[in-house]
Amino acid sequence: MSATPDFPFAAIVGQDEMKLALMMVAVDPTIGGVLVFGDRGTGKSTAVRALAALLPKTRVVEGCPYNCDPEAPAGSCASCGELPEKKKPKSRLIHVPVVDLPLGATEDRVVGALDLERALTRGEKAFEPGLLARAHRGFLYIDEVNLLEDHIVDLLLDVAASGENVVEREGLSVRHPARFVLVGSGNPEEGELRPQLLDRFGISVDVTTPTDLAQRVEVVRRRDAFERDPAAFAADWKREETKHRRRVTAARKRLSDVEVPHEVLERIAGLCMAVGTDGLRGELTMMRCARAFAALRGKTVVDESHIRQVAVSSLRHRLRRDPLDEAGSAVRIERVLEETFGP
Amino acid sequence: MTEQRPDQTDLWRDAVLAAAVLAVDPARFGGVIVRACPGPVRDQWVAAFHGMLPPETPMRKMPMHIGDSRLLGGLDLTATLRAGKPILERGLLAETDGGVILLPMAERLPPSVAGRLAGVLDRGVVALQRDGLAARYPARICLVALDEGLSEEERPPSALLDRLAFRLDLTHVSIRDTHCDVPDRAAILAARRRLPGIQTDDPVIEALCAAALALGVSSMRATVFATQAARAIAALGGEERVSDADVAAAARLVLAPRATQMPDMEPPAPPEADDADAADAANAEEPLPDLAEAEREESETDGRDASGQDLGTLTVESAAAAIPAGLLAQLQQGPRRTGAMNSSGKAGAVATAARRGRPIGTRRGDPGGGSRLNVVETLRAAAPWQPLRRREKAGPGTEPDRSIEVRRDDLRINRLKHRSETTTIFVVDASGSSALQRLGEAKGAVELLLADCYIRRDRVALIAFRGESAELLLPPTRSLVRAKRSVSALPGGGGTPLAAGLNAAATVAEAARRRGETPIIVLLTDGRANIGLDGKPGRARAQADAKDVARHLRSIGVPSMLVDSSRRPQEEAQVLAAEMDAVYLPLPYGNAAALSDAVRRNADGVVGATHAAS
Repeated sequence: MSATPDFPFAAIVGQDEMKLALMMVAVDPTIGGVLVFGDRGTGKSTAVRALAALLPKTRVVEGCPYNCDPEAPAGSCASCGELPEKKKPKSRLIHVPVVDLPLGATEDRVVGALDLERALTRGEKAFEPGLLARAHRGFLYIDEVNLLEDHIVDLLLDVAASGENVVEREGLSVRHPARFVLVGSGNPEEGELRPQLLDRFGISVDVTTPTDLAQRVEVVRRRDAFERDPAAFAADWKREETKHRRRVTAARKRLSDVEVPHEVLERIAGLCMAVGTDGLRGELTMMRCARAFAALRGKTVVDESHIRQVAVSSLRHRLRRDPLDEAGSAVRIERVLEETFGP
Repeated sequence: MTEQRPDQTDLWRDAVLAAAVLAVDPARFGGVIVRACPGPVRDQWVAAFHGMLPPETPMRKMPMHIGDSRLLGGLDLTATLRAGKPILERGLLAETDGGVILLPMAERLPPSVAGRLAGVLDRGVVALQRDGLAARYPARICLVALDEGLSEEERPPSALLDRLAFRLDLTHVSIRDTHCDVPDRAAILAARRRLPGIQTDDPVIEALCAAALALGVSSMRATVFATQAARAIAALGGEERVSDADVAAAARLVLAPRATQMPDMEPPAPPEADDADAADAANAEEPLPDLAEAEREESETDGRDASGQDLGTLTVESAAAAIPAGLLAQLQQGPRRTGAMNSSGKAGAVATAARRGRPIGTRRGDPGGGSRLNVVETLRAAAPWQPLRRREKAGPGTEPDRSIEVRRDDLRINRLKHRSETTTIFVVDASGSSALQRLGEAKGAVELLLADCYIRRDRVALIAFRGESAELLLPPTRSLVRAKRSVSALPGGGGTPLAAGLNAAATVAEAARRRGETPIIVLLTDGRANIGLDGKPGRARAQADAKDVARHLRSIGVPSMLVDSSRRPQEEAQVLAAEMDAVYLPLPYGNAAALSDAVRRNADGVVGATHAAS
């Protein structure tokens, strides 16, 4: 099998907003996913695929197909939930999964279905978990997300909302937890995303091709070097990559200690009101992003500078569309930021 | 077509060079888009390319409407039933690993299939998640997309355009021009061996990056391809390092066909904004046709001595000289249409509706409520489970039942492509003093309609006419991003070539209908034409022409609306509306919201009426 390593995250030139967004969800998955939209050939999917290497290892119940957390029996799958209360189950360390949902995947592989092999060879009915099960406690990545078939999108919306996947097939009834971070990428020229799906993403990032010559030269140089010898390139970047991973790991540890002062919360609420986002989701996401950002910076208290950094990406896709306003959402948010915080 | 086209032999020579470069590393370059009508020239190119590849290289043809199970792979039902355990069948992409896939009529390729191909091109792997089975197969493929599109609108989906390194336009190459030496297999093989040892120095990368910026080629993939092409060209030439001539040739092959602006021949500056682009394009002079030739001779004397700046200029000049003639003409008009150039008009995921349309696949679900059962797929779904179900049903010792047992989970219904997607075509009179305002209204209405049509997934197009002709400002799209980008400032004023505007609308409407959509024309004018179809002034002639085209519109049965934008309702406009059987709507103080509202309300009525009538 082609064992070509992924392009190292640390070697991605520029695209700071996208990299920051991915690192923030790596630090705090409850932010709720990243949507990366933008020009072709900007390394969107390269960045998402590189994310896997930044993620720390996590502990799962040995033999559980759903990667259940041995520390938290509540919200586990049926078999892990039945484990004896006192005794800790056997567990092992795995990399946090980043699961690809390719276009053309069929429904039964997404939600899971009867295991055909066992049905045919042994005449048994057994559930074969799908991609949603594999993505539990991890990431589910959809490239060209706006080309995904509507009936698959419906499934995702349902599961993402409830955190649980329910399968009723062939007299088999299975329900298992499926909480995952949705990561999508795409090009807006292929069409807009359904608003319901858009709403599932915590952060939305716009990527554009760099127009700075030096930056473009560096992109080509690294890409070229990578394609000529992926293994050597990965080795060259190993130290930087490790640094990034350590930063994420440290931030994850620090996260629960990061404090969000009351006046910062008020600021966030004020901002959301001023730009006119619907619902509480915007505020919540922005608070979590600011906290993750502060944690990445090694801070223990969130301040206004952190809000400023994360405001655009956490609110961009929540603004009610005003087609007659020439400026995009980002500009409108920047405008409000300037009014609130000064230039 | 009596004009002299002195470049044709050069075009062919470059096409052969592109084939050779592609043959050196087919999967790395992703492939090529060959735009040409089917015919001997295209056949000859494909044969030449095939002849350069090792004889064992697989070459397969991919039908455009290929299903996912054949493209990506899936359960092999026959083998599964015979073996009594699941057997996977590899799809076309995995079967062609290391080979070439020919894709005829690439301009009609659905974006959804293009999306699947793009994923495989990116990773060289088919990730199969189908029919209850998961697998990964290597699929390092090279796509030869045969683009038979005639107009600018008909292009392969942009997801493919970006991922295939080369684009050839052989439309104007005649069979008489196709005489030049074609490298043989041995030459390609030697180049393949030489390739890994060839270094790319920084000046090479810098020159190509600068050239890409100067030509307005924004995708980074293009520049990476150009760098790799330069190396492959060096390998073909038996060199050990990339020469200036190789860089120039790579720019010509990879960057020139992607140009979105004419380079400023002075030191290339990064494009800042659309305005800057417009200025560049306006200042650009028509490059001399023999520039490429001159440069080739000059650089053949070789110049490792040329400084980086010189190489940069050389590269840009070489690429600029190779910009295809048709593209050149557009670029010289200004970069306004570049948004449309970069992508096809066939955007968006396929909308599905239960009742009408063309089947595009099946999904699990219950028939009824208008969904139709797909019997074959249902039986296919049920087949593997039969042994298990028989065993379940028959207790021990009973006679096995030979009938097929179909359960509810097996039921498959057709997924249909919605036929009645509408394409609303705005045709805006941009002549006279109120042009800017009218255009602003129309643009606002376009954006409001798009913002509103998530669920209906309709498309919107915009045509403006003024001076002597009409221009398609926004090809049919459902992307708000593109709508915003494409319609910037359009200078108003000049004559009223109403007939030309209607003619353009008819073309777009017919194209939309061929795609299975329902076109609606919304015409914003006061109806006072004064430029005829031939572009000459004269009120009487112009009015007669406009009426002729209006009648044509009625005869092809495109539902339409005429929004009279003059202060007082005009008789001319009413007459015109009657001729084209359009709903007449005086809207003297209209704004974007009122306009889009009126269109929405009337469009439903208009389309409904047409459906009832037909």
